[in-house]
Amino acid sequence: MTRLLPHPLLTPVLTGIWLLLNNSIEPGHILLGFLLGWIIPVLTIRFWPEKAVIRKPMTLLRFGAIFLYDIVVSNFTVARLILGNPDKLTPVFVKLPLDLTSDLAISLLASSVTLTPGTLSARLSTDRSTLLIHALNETDPDALVATIKQRYERPLKEIFESC
Amino acid sequence: MLTVTIQIAFALVTAAVIMSFYRLLRGPDMPDRILALDTLYINTIALLVLLGIYLGSALFFEAALLIALMGFIGTVALCKYLLRGDVIE
Amino acid sequence: MLEYFLSFLILTGALLTFIGSLGLVRLKDLYTRLHGPTKATTLGVGSLLIASSIYFSTYTENISLHEVLITLFLFITAPVSAHLLAKAALHSSLYSIVKIPESDAADDSNTADVKPVEPEATPDRPSRPDY
Repeated sequence: MTRLLPHPLLTPVLTGIWLLLNNSIEPGHILLGFLLGWIIPVLTIRFWPEKAVIRKPMTLLRFGAIFLYDIVVSNFTVARLILGNPDKLTPVFVKLPLDLTSDLAISLLASSVTLTPGTLSARLSTDRSTLLIHALNETDPDALVATIKQRYERPLKEIFESC
Repeated sequence: MLTVTIQIAFALVTAAVIMSFYRLLRGPDMPDRILALDTLYINTIALLVLLGIYLGSALFFEAALLIALMGFIGTVALCKYLLRGDVIE
Repeated sequence: MLEYFLSFLILTGALLTFIGSLGLVRLKDLYTRLHGPTKATTLGVGSLLIASSIYFSTYTENISLHEVLITLFLFITAPVSAHLLAKAALHSSLYSIVKIPESDAADDSNTADVKPVEPEATPDRPSRPDY
């Protein structure tokens, strides 16, 4: 089973991408998509070091919704900050201590931090314990860390490494 | 209505292209120029999509997709070069 | 009605793209400049692509969803390239208008075994206020 279908999640995702790429839902394309979705994970199994296990799909959906909302809000926040006086901005570097351990969760957290209001992940320390964050306009670094931990890190920890 | 909107949008995106081109020429450092190139390719995708709507042709989609792929790979390769002194290790 | 909605999407997208690049010109150092393109431009192009998807789905007979692919791709790659750029900037100790935390300004052990490309890329390089 694991030999024949190493990544059960990757197959439908690849099929979906193939159908979107061809912009059609003809039976032939669905069949070809499934074939590609099956053969690509089998051939590239060596390149996938970590197996993603989603423990709580509902939390993932809720996280996705919050995340999309935050992306839209963040865009308008940043747009307003850019249009305002650039001399009044108070950028700051903040260190975020990480509780996450798995690679996938850390990279997802770094990407969410970058796409959400006024923050940008700049560097992960070599021992994977802290993430350096650059905030565009922030006066209270502790509150920022608390918000990120509560809003993004906790759901990610529940989804990918709850034990 | 839609035609006028698209023309205004063309003007805005072209201005965006010019501004990122200014940053590309001005620098002052390598990461600034890479960032300008990154913005430039995203702006080009916007221009191509607008042109696609304007001319009513879906053919521009492939070009936009290719620019997105190549632009990302280019940015990553340039950053890797700055970080490690080599693109492929 | 649909036309107004499409116009709204296109105008928002173009405006956000414009503002993102405006940030590239107006802001003072690389780290703040990174915010504009990664956020504003990504959503700007995203809404343009959604407008294109709706347009081709209504004005031609078949449904057009492949624009979603570019949108998703941009949303996945924008944070990655921003992170790499910030890392490259920290690595070469670029001028920043705020203080960079001590341990992060210098090279990390990740890159210590490789010689930096630019000969002047040393941590004690004088900061450059001319941008």
